[in-house]
Amino acid sequence: MNRYSVFALARAALDRHQGWGRAWRDAAPKTRYDVVIVGAGGHGLATAHYLARNHGITNVAVLEKGWLGGGNTGRNTTIIRSNYLQDASAAIYEKSRSLYETLSQDLNYNVMFSPRGLLMLAQTEHEMKAYRRTVHANLLQGVQTEWIGPQRVKDLVPMIRIEGPRYPVLGALYQPRGGTARHDAVAWGYARACSAMGVDIIQNCEVTGIDQRDGRVTGVRTTRGDIGCDRLGLVVAGHSGVLAGMAGFRLPIESVALQALVSEPVKPMLDVVVMANTVHGYISQSDKGELVIGGGSDGFNNYTQRGSFHHIEETLRALIETFPAISRMKMLRQWGGIVDMTGDRSPIISTTPLGGCFVNCGWGTGGFKAIPGSGWAMADLMARGTPGPLAADFSMFRFREGRFIDESVAAGVAH
Amino acid sequence: MLMLTCPACGVTAEETEFAPGGEAHLTRQGPGSGEAAFEGYLFARKNPKGVHFERWRHAYGCGKWFHAARCTATLEVFGTYPMGSAPPPDLIARLQARRPDREGRA
Repeated sequence: MNRYSVFALARAALDRHQGWGRAWRDAAPKTRYDVVIVGAGGHGLATAHYLARNHGITNVAVLEKGWLGGGNTGRNTTIIRSNYLQDASAAIYEKSRSLYETLSQDLNYNVMFSPRGLLMLAQTEHEMKAYRRTVHANLLQGVQTEWIGPQRVKDLVPMIRIEGPRYPVLGALYQPRGGTARHDAVAWGYARACSAMGVDIIQNCEVTGIDQRDGRVTGVRTTRGDIGCDRLGLVVAGHSGVLAGMAGFRLPIESVALQALVSEPVKPMLDVVVMANTVHGYISQSDKGELVIGGGSDGFNNYTQRGSFHHIEETLRALIETFPAISRMKMLRQWGGIVDMTGDRSPIISTTPLGGCFVNCGWGTGGFKAIPGSGWAMADLMARGTPGPLAADFSMFRFREGRFIDESVAAGVAH
Repeated sequence: MLMLTCPACGVTAEETEFAPGGEAHLTRQGPGSGEAAFEGYLFARKNPKGVHFERWRHAYGCGKWFHAARCTATLEVFGTYPMGSAPPPDLIARLQARRPDREGRA
């Protein structure tokens, strides 16, 4: 692997940047691996990365039915935050956020982490109380957040209208070290680091079946041949239910479409991330100048990566009241991703009824922020076979046992 | 944009007139049921990539609940039928014709 640095850049300039080479190997599948991970999105690649780096397990394949990071990793609104109410959530999301702080250095790949600050607007009395409670919880959890009043919101976001009339801004939950990162770079950076440690990343390789004997997984059948493995990790977000079906168990997951859109690029007008959960909208400005806007998820089960237009309309209708300046902007692109929603809106990092098979899913509408922490916890689980402190509460069996991590009430929808 | 026909009032309209209600034909559990039964009723879902039997409510119309059969991979709506009944034979026949390799029923 070429190490990227200012010296490498200067050296490469001598031959007009013709000699950079591939960032990662496009591997062909071997017949057997110690660990097979299904899904080369952020979470799958991060799992492989920390398996190799933290646990020395490098005989690993990451299988991807499409292309690297082509699912939700390339479709989200890149928001990173950790201001969660429940202790288990705060622990894993803060682990993740803190890993993002040094991820570019750790991976030797610029993921453009930008801790520009994040506001969650309180626009109803109920939200105001809920967010103040979250600030108190975050204080105990060691997550740096604060409650700020409407005038401070206006100072941070000059273009916001705080006086309503339908959705007045009553204050905000402010996380100064929240922000954004370049989503594709996160996938590419992890892939490059994985590949350098010997992990095979295999694209265009769809899993069509899971083989088992005596209650243990023995391998997977794919469109590029059968691959044997001792341990299998399912990290496929929206298609988790399909893979679980192949493995012979059911998950408490429903797959729905979540949409986002970007505007035409404009001069800098917004240097923080603003989330408005009452109206199901969140907004930030990319380095290219586009406003990146996310909406709420659709209500019905859907695998098509297309959402319903009226949800976009609802999001924009409300955002325009809060940000009147954007009312005449043109929107350039709109797309959807299939997110995996659990009953308590918290993820699953868990052993499964099938021996040797582990599952990491249920990140719902907010998986991007969790990529490093999720991979860290999943690698720990897959290496040792039992969950460590970060993953223990996120067992898939919590729904039977009544141990919910109820962020559906605590975090609203945008998540 | 889905087009649905409400079997209660006969109106055909866009999805904005309806509210989705999740998987249909779940067996309600009550006192005396075990933990696994409650988990199945409250949380475990088929979530199929393909034909899905589901509940909808004609929220901005007659207000009645009803059932629909819809494909989650193509968004094709195969038909709707009233609450409290199993999928009618003509709907099953239509499904078999459109999806010959489909397994099982609702």
